[in-house]
Amino acid sequence: MTDIPTWRDGNANADFTDRTIPARAGAGLKPSHIDQILQDDYRIGFLEVHAENYMGDGGAPHRALTAIRQNFPLSVHGVGLSIGSEKGLDEEHIARLKRVVDRYEPGLVSEHLAWSTHDTSYYNDLLPVPYDRATLDRVCAHIERVQDVLGRTIILENPSTYVQFEQSSMSETEFISEIARRTGCGLLLDINNVFVSATNQKYRPLTYLSQFPLEKVEEIHLAGHATDIDDEGDPLLIDAHDRPVDDEVWKLYDIVIGQMGPVPTLIEWDNDVPEWPVLRREALRAEGILEKRSANYLLGSRHAAAG
Amino acid sequence: MPRPDNIGDAGESESAVTLGRFSGALLDPGQPTPAGLVGPNGKKADKRYNVYRNNVTVGLIGALFDIYPAIHRLVGDEFFRAMARSYVRERQPQSPLLFRYGGDFAEFLERFEPVRELAYLPDVARLERAWLHAFHAADAPPLDSAALAAIAPEELADQRFIAHPATRILRSRFAAVSIFSANRSGADLAGIDPGNAEDGLVTRREFDVEVRSLPGGGAEFLLALIDGGTLGEAADAATAVTQDFDLAAAIGAMLEAGAFTAIATRD
Repeated sequence: MTDIPTWRDGNANADFTDRTIPARAGAGLKPSHIDQILQDDYRIGFLEVHAENYMGDGGAPHRALTAIRQNFPLSVHGVGLSIGSEKGLDEEHIARLKRVVDRYEPGLVSEHLAWSTHDTSYYNDLLPVPYDRATLDRVCAHIERVQDVLGRTIILENPSTYVQFEQSSMSETEFISEIARRTGCGLLLDINNVFVSATNQKYRPLTYLSQFPLEKVEEIHLAGHATDIDDEGDPLLIDAHDRPVDDEVWKLYDIVIGQMGPVPTLIEWDNDVPEWPVLRREALRAEGILEKRSANYLLGSRHAAAG
Repeated sequence: MPRPDNIGDAGESESAVTLGRFSGALLDPGQPTPAGLVGPNGKKADKRYNVYRNNVTVGLIGALFDIYPAIHRLVGDEFFRAMARSYVRERQPQSPLLFRYGGDFAEFLERFEPVRELAYLPDVARLERAWLHAFHAADAPPLDSAALAAIAPEELADQRFIAHPATRILRSRFAAVSIFSANRSGADLAGIDPGNAEDGLVTRREFDVEVRSLPGGGAEFLLALIDGGTLGEAADAATAVTQDFDLAAAIGAMLEAGAFTAIATRD
């Protein structure tokens, strides 16, 4: 038999190493890629999973993720906590997240500046929050609660947005900076989201990045976006995760890495998922920028030290 | 600075968009874009808000598509999407675990007029739901036949068993198991009489979910055991409906399927 998946050999009681995420390129894990990833000569820097996909009790998903975790560093990306909720967090869901984190010992745990649940309905989308005082207090309290339960800090991702709230009283970067300052959480900078939001909200992505607290960024996300038009016929970008990263986003990434130095960088591709080599090619492109900038960065530090 | 142009200390005015107002219009195309949502420079927000509407609707239809692939293939893509859209407007997920969504999709299909003639559809949906339950169920070893062989013959009838967490039984007035199996293996429904009543057993020994149809009396037998009845009681329940019930074959099949995980210890 040649069609038995590699992950079936995984040991369910294995100890994990690689508890930190290296400053390399990683990929969002898709079940259809697992065997190829495990057998590939190219060892990807890390893999990232949506926490909710591993909140079932058992079966193939957990065995496959165990095999991945035995071989690679892992980051866990929550999509269902609804940090921006008006009516408090779902304690049961925080407990589920804790079980995933305790079981797989990820190097990073992230969530979104967004909400997805209202009353009892879960909308399965990352919906925007107004940037006002009341929301800021609420989001900070929620992040503190999650960090308390998990016993570790999380990193919070900047959103892609399509609308603004008239009641907003601060900018997104002010809002996010204040959350990080108050809660001690780290940040996940999604550069595609920056480009999408900047285009949709008519500001320059570099202006946004210059105001973003880059020193708190522990991971970067890159993904592809789709193009639509708004009511007036202007471009409206959609955070679609269904194609390669846009060249404009690569340019921004190069600038950010030049400024920050190497940071763990994830390629997200969640819809119309391609074959593994296509995703790997995107990861290699990020790795190329990380390596190039890493050399410059080290050189720069040495010059600075010598100077 | 990348600030919204409408900056000002609006505070918590009456015009504030609550998340309830934001969510209220997401799945109701008849409602206008919530007031208080805008684009930059006073741009309108209708198409902008529609991005969220579209994300939510398409995302939830996609979730149903993942959970009910046989139903999708049986009714066709376009029809499934339209039908799923109706369901999504009626029922939103009650959990961020999307694999739990659509728990009452079978009941929806029972009263969804356009599929009334496909009377077997709800039971096929129930079987798909049972399949997904088994896929995610907790790991447990299947009952070892050696454990059963070690029981003294005179004590066999008094044994009770612990069901495997994955195990589910579906009783259908239709050929739901044959239709499901043909569909998932890519075959058409030729040769299947949808009106044949079938009982199905869903199990998972290790990672692969298995679906098999049960002979007459099989469902009574297994349901009695799952309920905590003894082997003797279960055999009686099966024989009551099927006089020539083959107990030895039923025990062999239940071991092979991994329907139980252990013999219950005596009190």
